[in-house]
Amino acid sequence: MNRSFLARNPSILWFLALLGLFTLVVTVLSEGLGVGMISTSFVKTLGKTLCLCLIAVAMDVVWGYCGILSLGHFAFFGIGGYAIGMWLMYARTETIVERSLANQVIPPTPQEVSDAIASQIFGVVGASELPSLWAFAHSLPLQLLMVVLVPGLLALVFGWLAFRSRVTGVYLSILTQAMTLALSLYLFQNDSGLRGNNGLSGLQNIPGMGDVPQGVLSVWFLWASAMALAVGYVLFAFVTSGKMGSVIRAIRDDEARVRFLGYHVESYKLFVFTLTAIVAGIAGALYYPQAGIVNPAEIAPIASIYLAVWVAIGGRGRLYGAVMGTVFVTLLSSWFTGGGAPDIDLGFYRIQWTDWWLVLLGLAFVAVTLFAPQGLGGLVNKLKGARAKEAKA
Amino acid sequence: MFRTLLAVLLLFLGSPFAASAQNSAGGGDGNGDLQTILQAHQSLIAKPSRSTVGPALDALKTSGLPGVPAFLEDWQAKNVWFDDTGLFYVVRNKQVTDVTTREPLGLDLAALSQVKPNGGVRKAIAEALVDFQLSDPDIARRRDALNAIARNLDPSQAGPLAASIDGEPDAGLKLRKERLLNYLTARYGQSEKDRVAAVRDLAGDLSVDGRAVLSQILATKARIAQTIPEDANLARVLKPGTDLAPEAAYAMIAEEADLPPILTPAALKTALETQVQDGRIADVSINALDTAEIREATYDRLAAAGQLPPRATPGDIAATLAAYTIFETYNEPSADITDAARATQEAVNSRVGASQAADLALDAISLASIYFLAAIGLAITFGVMGVINMAHGEFIMMGAYTGYVVQQVVPNYTVSLIVALPLAFAVTFAAGVAMERLVIRHLYTRPLETLLATFGISIALQQLAKNIFGTQARPLTSPGWLDGAWQINEVIAISYIRIAIFVLALLFLALLLFILKRTRLGLEVRAVTQNPRMAASMGINPDKIKMMTFGLGSGIAGIAGVAIGLYAKVTSEMGADYIVQSFMTVVVGGVGNVWGTLAGATMIGTLQKGIEWLNPSNTLAAQTYMILFIILFIQFRPKGIVALKGRAAGD
Repeated sequence: MNRSFLARNPSILWFLALLGLFTLVVTVLSEGLGVGMISTSFVKTLGKTLCLCLIAVAMDVVWGYCGILSLGHFAFFGIGGYAIGMWLMYARTETIVERSLANQVIPPTPQEVSDAIASQIFGVVGASELPSLWAFAHSLPLQLLMVVLVPGLLALVFGWLAFRSRVTGVYLSILTQAMTLALSLYLFQNDSGLRGNNGLSGLQNIPGMGDVPQGVLSVWFLWASAMALAVGYVLFAFVTSGKMGSVIRAIRDDEARVRFLGYHVESYKLFVFTLTAIVAGIAGALYYPQAGIVNPAEIAPIASIYLAVWVAIGGRGRLYGAVMGTVFVTLLSSWFTGGGAPDIDLGFYRIQWTDWWLVLLGLAFVAVTLFAPQGLGGLVNKLKGARAKEAKA
Repeated sequence: MFRTLLAVLLLFLGSPFAASAQNSAGGGDGNGDLQTILQAHQSLIAKPSRSTVGPALDALKTSGLPGVPAFLEDWQAKNVWFDDTGLFYVVRNKQVTDVTTREPLGLDLAALSQVKPNGGVRKAIAEALVDFQLSDPDIARRRDALNAIARNLDPSQAGPLAASIDGEPDAGLKLRKERLLNYLTARYGQSEKDRVAAVRDLAGDLSVDGRAVLSQILATKARIAQTIPEDANLARVLKPGTDLAPEAAYAMIAEEADLPPILTPAALKTALETQVQDGRIADVSINALDTAEIREATYDRLAAAGQLPPRATPGDIAATLAAYTIFETYNEPSADITDAARATQEAVNSRVGASQAADLALDAISLASIYFLAAIGLAITFGVMGVINMAHGEFIMMGAYTGYVVQQVVPNYTVSLIVALPLAFAVTFAAGVAMERLVIRHLYTRPLETLLATFGISIALQQLAKNIFGTQARPLTSPGWLDGAWQINEVIAISYIRIAIFVLALLFLALLLFILKRTRLGLEVRAVTQNPRMAASMGINPDKIKMMTFGLGSGIAGIAGVAIGLYAKVTSEMGADYIVQSFMTVVVGGVGNVWGTLAGATMIGTLQKGIEWLNPSNTLAAQTYMILFIILFIQFRPKGIVALKGRAAGD
């Protein structure tokens, strides 16, 4: 079975080989473990991009294969980041607090320790008690479980409600967007228990690994992200192939007809929606320790729409398209906004790309939707077509 | 009844003045000029003191001479001088002038001595002046005097105030004077009966001042006793645990009865730290002291041995709280007055509550009309045509910026508003038509991609606006006649801008219903949206109709932008603030129906204000819960409040 699955999808092997090669090259060139041609911050950027690729692949499955344009997957991504961030922040603060309390004449009571941690973490929002949301923050395994459970359960409940009442198409998109907006507005409050708009910070410092330099950590995270992307890619390739993949694609093309054929459409959609949400959560949990900070602005509805932009530009309905789109747009975007692109002097007006990049992206996006619905992935088809013609000739 | 009481009171208060007036009139040769009166009290005025200046002031007040207020002001400001013979002069800018005529006399300042009234005298003069100001011919000065009295109610003002009521020509000010006198009577009246009557009279008064008078009468003080004294005017008994925390209650008693204090964990720890000997405290190793219980037990043993001051243990606290009663008494000793005040306060509070509810309802309506305005363009493009336009918010923004640009060119705000409204419509109509022709036309069969493409346009437009107008908020100033608020009573107020937005929303509703239901264009729009091919075979050009409809929806968004810009700030992100809400409004109301949008906006506006009222400190939470509610609502009514039935529903 497995052989035939891989044999039917040679692109998976290609993808894994390229990913492995990429990781190897970055490691060798990195500052932390290699010759130092790639700076630590750029290694982090690459690691983050891999995480974004993972969520883009998830988005591609839910939208490109199943036809659900979810504008809420970045919320799941953010929840994953918050879940891991809670542990990172709690554990780090705990070591700091214990060190400072150790100098006292009488050893601290457990109550004093937790009060000190709480006032350390929540001083910025004027609270001094640990909210019940943080009940598991002391334990890494439990928080890791949260990374999977919270996005999964939220997606399950939301999806069950939405699919059960047959909310489809653009209505579903707007509903998921509303969910994202509600979540980010909730997190923006100071008494949400997650530090309001300050978010969780200092996540790049991994507790218990204080001796490991950031350069090495960044490479380790790159490996972890690459691994997660590889596993996620294979998993989604498996889900979208075979009979199940056919049903999922059929739902995208004509939901009613699949239902009439006797399939329980809602279950399939719910499965895809929840699975992708969980993967999004995992991607977020890997992304934010590399970014160092997670705050409610990250979850704002616009982020989820950008996710759709990457997938659309890369090409929907093919997993490598999502990866291509993400890499292309995020790297291009950081090139343009980071001042890498040269300004264009029109004589009467000077186009500075830091100001004009979003205009270009917006218009490019319109152009892609209008003229190249298959996105960058369409180029691959053209190449294949050309080669097939050559072979014939 | 009250009026006669008041009249009696006036007579009573007024009589001493009347008596002294006769005295001074006799001394001052009946009438005569100001200088004569001044000379009659020469020594009192030249060397005034708080205790003796009274007769001189009375004589001046009752003389009725026109120059008296001005003289009093000069006296207060140390502008009055006198010469060797005792004659008074007013000195301004080193010019010696006559007290009555104020004409320069050409005298040398060096020959005169200055009158220097001390603080007490100046206060007495000021009180006398209030009397004049209250009957000053200038209404602004009378109003100022009343404001001064209202700021700082003082029993001495009752007499002058009462005396000035009958001669007050302005009805509004007269009412205000009567009210103020009523406040004074309620707080400082002579007899209990007068005060009770005055307090009852406050029932109809919702103003902050009136409520403050009541709460001042009802001011309480917390007291502690083992048994409540019989004569106390008891407000309420405080139960530890329900009305106040047991610790706080104990702290109050401990302070009064000199009992040992409750130690906080930190204080307890600090006290223990003073007792460390060789790493041990009272034979307990300090490493064992890592729980609160062990620390407390150790402390109690040391306290029993007399090495540390005693602390209040939980047992002590319970025993003390059982032995004492904490209660509040009114500062006002008379129970009749406080009872009347409490009854009045309840009546006032319930009226204030009702007014606040009405105010909240008005707020909800005005928020609903803003949502309606923001969503109504979408009700056409999304609701009627089924096109998802994520750039709708940016059309609102374009409208608002059009208004801003027009204001830069046309300085008159009224004129610029009249110019801006149609211009905003024209600009966004053109933008809408261009967008429909260039982009949306190609995507009618792919709604999800319409969403994405219009979103691309939305990012581009937003960034474009940022590049042109910068990131800071631009003001869109409303014309003067829209400033201010309509004050219905002391609590209910609604600003004219909100009323204008409400009226505009109603106008749009009417206009849109008229276009869709009564015109040829509306008929064709409905035909094309229901069945484009059938409509085409009837001779309608569906392309043109779709273009016109989309333009219409976009144009209305532009006008809404001008209205919203008057009420909120104009920024490049203002559209993004409204877009999700607008889609919610249309979806909740029911797609394809203008009435539905109205229902949706009303529901969302009311809901948001309602949740905000439950939790006023947190508008973010209100928005969060409202969105959650909408998500749930759509689960149970996926077609919205006003669902289309039959063939019109399409599907």
